[in-house]
Amino acid sequence: MFRKITSEKLDQFFQSISAKQSLYIPVDREDGAAEFRKYTNGMKLSNALNTVRSAKDFFFPQTENLAAFKMEGKKIEVKDIREECEDFVIFGVRGCDARSFDILDKVYLVDPVDSFYKNRREHGTVVTMACTHPSETCFCTAFGIDPTMPGGDVTAFPDGDGFFLMANTEKGEKLIADINDLLEDGDTEKLNAVQENTRNVLKKLPLADLSTESFGGERLNELFNSDKWAGLSESCLGCGTCTFVCPTCQCYDIKDFNTGDGIVRFRCWDSCMYSDFTKMAHGNPRVSQLERFRQRFMHKLVYFPANNNGEFGCVGCGRCLQKCPISMNIVKVMKALEVK
Amino acid sequence: MQEAMIKRAKELLADGTVDRVIGWKKGEFVYDHTPAVFTSAQDIEENFVCDELTSANLSKYLVKETVREGKVLAFLKPCDTYSFNQLVKEHRIDREKVYVIGIPGGPKLDIEKIKAKGITGILSVKNENYTLKIDTLYGASEMPFYEAVSEKCANCKSKKHVVYDELIGEDGDVLDSGRFETVEKLENMTAQERYDFWRSELSKCIRCNACRNVCPACTCEKCVFDNPSSGVENKAAADSFEENMFHIIRAFHVAGRCTDCGECSRVCPQNIPLHLLNRKFIKDINELYGTYQAGENTTDKAPLNDYKMDDCEANVVHERGVE
Repeated sequence: MFRKITSEKLDQFFQSISAKQSLYIPVDREDGAAEFRKYTNGMKLSNALNTVRSAKDFFFPQTENLAAFKMEGKKIEVKDIREECEDFVIFGVRGCDARSFDILDKVYLVDPVDSFYKNRREHGTVVTMACTHPSETCFCTAFGIDPTMPGGDVTAFPDGDGFFLMANTEKGEKLIADINDLLEDGDTEKLNAVQENTRNVLKKLPLADLSTESFGGERLNELFNSDKWAGLSESCLGCGTCTFVCPTCQCYDIKDFNTGDGIVRFRCWDSCMYSDFTKMAHGNPRVSQLERFRQRFMHKLVYFPANNNGEFGCVGCGRCLQKCPISMNIVKVMKALEVK
Repeated sequence: MQEAMIKRAKELLADGTVDRVIGWKKGEFVYDHTPAVFTSAQDIEENFVCDELTSANLSKYLVKETVREGKVLAFLKPCDTYSFNQLVKEHRIDREKVYVIGIPGGPKLDIEKIKAKGITGILSVKNENYTLKIDTLYGASEMPFYEAVSEKCANCKSKKHVVYDELIGEDGDVLDSGRFETVEKLENMTAQERYDFWRSELSKCIRCNACRNVCPACTCEKCVFDNPSSGVENKAAADSFEENMFHIIRAFHVAGRCTDCGECSRVCPQNIPLHLLNRKFIKDINELYGTYQAGENTTDKAPLNDYKMDDCEANVVHERGVE
């Protein structure tokens, strides 16, 4: 059922959610970029299409402590030092980032289940936001995402004068029930026009015709051995920008930190672009930047779908298109490797 | 200018002066050009681009390129020639293997500054008498050209090419830029204000290493932060001050060698004004050891690698730190 929160009541809406649990919304920073921040009274919702860092941070943070070890004589004490996770709400997640959670679920919620990730997923309520102004860098539709129907526990549909809210899950229904007093029945005529308009823009996006036809597990050897990788990776700086702004990049490293008083074992995001990625006792399986670059795109376009019923490991959010220092990205790779 | 560059590149390839050309390749949009090496006239004809959005400094790529056989043609903007000279001075580029064509510099545009105005769905950007006419999915927009100029060009230090084999267009002069103004503002803050400023900026860091990897002064074969045996190798911060330390250490390491090319701030995905750290060092070196511009030539001894009797004493740090 569709109920509306008007612009005038938006502050009240955020306040009443944040009175019960932590609420995170996208806000504009001074430098003009948007990021998710914990809501405090007076914060203004950003109009930006997307945050620089994706919403994956909430479930898969950049660093996370796993365990602590302390030696006493010949005894080792192992402590579970995970932080208690409390209920929280993320408001304003776009359809691309919402889909990225499904992709991360396929990695972290399958056997063996990652209890750290699962814990956060269970405590988080995702309120998505339908897109109205997709950017030229958007290509989520190539991966079957409809940004006008972004899913999540609750979907917010902006109509220019507030949001219509729709609960999609039990968690979502609970959230809406809690703030029901602030909602009203609204006329959906304007909303329909907004949605229709967005759908028309989606058809006109420069990347609207991007095709995934040429990718998937079936072409593994052919794609792996393509002579195009050399040119594509030639000017790659080997930085981790693409992987760290990516909502679906899921690789991490586990390290031990000597605190002087014991050992803390933590995990942190890793990047296949880095020279010590997957370094093992025997050495490093990918010694050149070409191999590391290829790994990133093969993972998203070939290995991941091969292992997950054809689902690709990209959601078309466009962050890598905007942020790569040398403007090399998955779209250029797909266009270079596609079979015409 | 792009036509003249394409013509010259094809000639130099054809007469065997060079066997490849480093420049910029067109992308999907009007702004996403990628540094690329061209080996054929056809590739150059079809894909070579040089316009107001080709900002990337190509000099660092020549470290890798000059290890290879043959000779490469490089198109260098004035600021890039300083990086080039500095790398020659540090024996990182083999000068004999590069044919340098100096090309006019900016002002280059920063597409993020256009997007920061709320302009989205950008399809084309045209400069008409210093007004940018921007065609978007949502209709036409416009904004003053100078409001979209990249930080590094807005504070351009020099239009002069300090090295070249030939020029396309005219050479310019060293400029009296206002590039230290923001540094002065920071100097005039109280220590606490300054600390808060840098904490707030540097805590945005995601440790992607883009600043380090793009930096022409960062050419170590193995960076200490990538070396598992170093004890400081880390993809994650052990505490909330570590990103701050990373940038401070990097700034110290490139001090006296940084030419102020501005690439660090250009590539930062989090818009951290990293160039200000380097500019503070440049300003201090100028004040304490006499005016010095890294990369101006390949022969001068760098102040921090030299010793003179009238060099400042170490206690200058203490004296200058007193509020």
